[in-house]
Amino acid sequence: MRIVVIGATSAIAEHCCRLWVAREACDLVLVARDAAKAGRVAEDLRVRSPASTVTVVEADFLDTSAIGRLAAETAARPVDIVLIAHGMLPEQSLCENDLVLCRDTLEVNAVSPALFAEAFAGHFAKAGRGTLAIIGSVAGDRGRKANYTYGACKGLVARYAEGLEHRFAGTGVSVVLIKPGPTDTPMAASHRASGRRLASVEEVARAMVRSIDAKRPVVYAPAQWALIMFVVRHLPRFVFNRLNL
Amino acid sequence: MRRVSSWGRLSAFPHEVIELGDRSKVAAELARGQPGIAYGLGRSYGDACLNPDGVLWRMAGLDRFIRFDEASGQLVCEAGVVLRDIQRLAIPRGWGLPVLPGTQFVTVGGAIANDVHGKNHHETGTFGDHVKSLRLLRTDGQEIVCGPAERPDWFAATVGGLGLTGLIVEAELQLRRVPGPWLDAETIAYAGLEEFFHLSEESHPAWEHAVSWIDCTSGNAVRGLFMRAKPAAGEHGTWRERRLAMPLVPPISLVNRLTLKPLNQLYWAMNKRYLGRRIAHYEPFLFPLDGIRDWNRLYGPAGFYQYQCVVPREVGSDPIREMLGAIARSGDGSVLAVLKTFGDRWPFGLLSFARPGVTLALDFQNRAGVETLFERLDAIVAAAGGRLYPAKDARMPRSMFEAGYPRLGEFLGYRDPGMSSAMSRRLMGS
Repeated sequence: MRIVVIGATSAIAEHCCRLWVAREACDLVLVARDAAKAGRVAEDLRVRSPASTVTVVEADFLDTSAIGRLAAETAARPVDIVLIAHGMLPEQSLCENDLVLCRDTLEVNAVSPALFAEAFAGHFAKAGRGTLAIIGSVAGDRGRKANYTYGACKGLVARYAEGLEHRFAGTGVSVVLIKPGPTDTPMAASHRASGRRLASVEEVARAMVRSIDAKRPVVYAPAQWALIMFVVRHLPRFVFNRLNL
Repeated sequence: MRRVSSWGRLSAFPHEVIELGDRSKVAAELARGQPGIAYGLGRSYGDACLNPDGVLWRMAGLDRFIRFDEASGQLVCEAGVVLRDIQRLAIPRGWGLPVLPGTQFVTVGGAIANDVHGKNHHETGTFGDHVKSLRLLRTDGQEIVCGPAERPDWFAATVGGLGLTGLIVEAELQLRRVPGPWLDAETIAYAGLEEFFHLSEESHPAWEHAVSWIDCTSGNAVRGLFMRAKPAAGEHGTWRERRLAMPLVPPISLVNRLTLKPLNQLYWAMNKRYLGRRIAHYEPFLFPLDGIRDWNRLYGPAGFYQYQCVVPREVGSDPIREMLGAIARSGDGSVLAVLKTFGDRWPFGLLSFARPGVTLALDFQNRAGVETLFERLDAIVAAAGGRLYPAKDARMPRSMFEAGYPRLGEFLGYRDPGMSSAMSRRLMGS
């Protein structure tokens, strides 16, 4: 399997890679902003699976021509899966008071994943096969005061994935959007005040790898979030706006 | 701030949790000037891994392998790597960890800082005996690489040092050859402590693992199950991980004075079917409780204490008999009381727990009055020249700690003033 991971230092992506190499030797291309950190991820994966090939590519996630080039270069050889996993989760209140941070959040979480998806979609279309997996979030299902900047980004990603799914319907190309609930990752955990149980990264990664295998278009991880978000999406405004979610 | 509990769930105070995920940035995090303690998977039962209202450096994200040499069995990894992951990596390649505690959900750093032992202590000693070197970062920016051959004084302070000599960032471990995941296991029912000691003696050295469950409600008529195992070569089918979980915290402890006897009887009845020889996978044999996620919730919202002591062999079986008597009289007790003998090896660490002798471990529901029982047990342990296990402890008096760990004075010289836990303040004053 040849797998390209965008944002390979993200905890969920790293755990997906661990699961993949535990199954069979893979050819992994780890794309990251921080090459040194991605190098440590690669080192770990090579210990886990000496037969796998792991390469690290440093990339600017906002530079459109660099994204196009990267997609063209990596897709020169057939790619089975592209996982788009990068993101940042700043405190909502900071985004409200700092438009630069607000813009950066929108670009990193929404524009950049959409550009990567689009860039690889073209190559998948030509090859007639491949799986494009994108990490969304339950936060994208309905705007909430607690995290609407991040949520709006994930909403865009979800709509983009939906469009790609429509475009590739009936072809060998599949699109998988995974919406994790609150997960115990370094990105999310630093904001968390409550003692509420978070899903473990391993658990979410396992659900992702399974969904990619099954090519399921939209997946909540853990699964109970499908029900919770169904309710949240359908709450009437007069109820929703009174809730402290 | 985030509420954090340890495995005993006795408290849930807010902590400032700092996630460590990149080993090149650990030094900068430590330099921020607030005292804290490393937190792995929170499997110590008491307050060794807690620092209420202070900093916890969470190690879960520092869980990468760095190097593994399949020819020599030497593994270098970050300190947050979980023992389960090492096993799953190494066993298919013919290697395994020489020492495994009662749960595999323990980080390498935690296993070193508590110098944990396993059911094979008489064969392989403690976890620290298999650490070739470790990298310690001090809060003043100093980096110390130490091992039994290199700066052994620092190594002796850090192994079993409860995380107080600095932050363990990575370690090099010596694995050993194993034929596979299977064990040739035997369960034998025993009655009376003499029979237990006889079985323990008889099991060395042919049986690598030896441990026993003891029915602590049986009083003077001691009954128990002696379980021993040795590595088995060959293929023996497949084993599937069970994924049971305790889904919620019941409003009261499910283990209590009313259920204690029936639960012990149930355990006896359920495990009697294993009497005799069988082939077992190492996971359910060595980590029976790992099959039930969050089993610690059984004890309800107030949590529970674990009491683990070791008493020297020379004093005979009297202290154990006295303790079992005191527990039976108190009406408290546990479902999984564990009795085992340690081998003759003295550990490397200045504060390491395991020493030649007999160890008894029990869980107690946290309820008013249980401290009276602990004081009675403390007196028996102290009179026998024994000591308590800090990894399990949430309440021992300072005097008990000082009496049990005569090298404490030596240890204090190696402490990192920027490392502090609820336990260090309770037992060492800072």
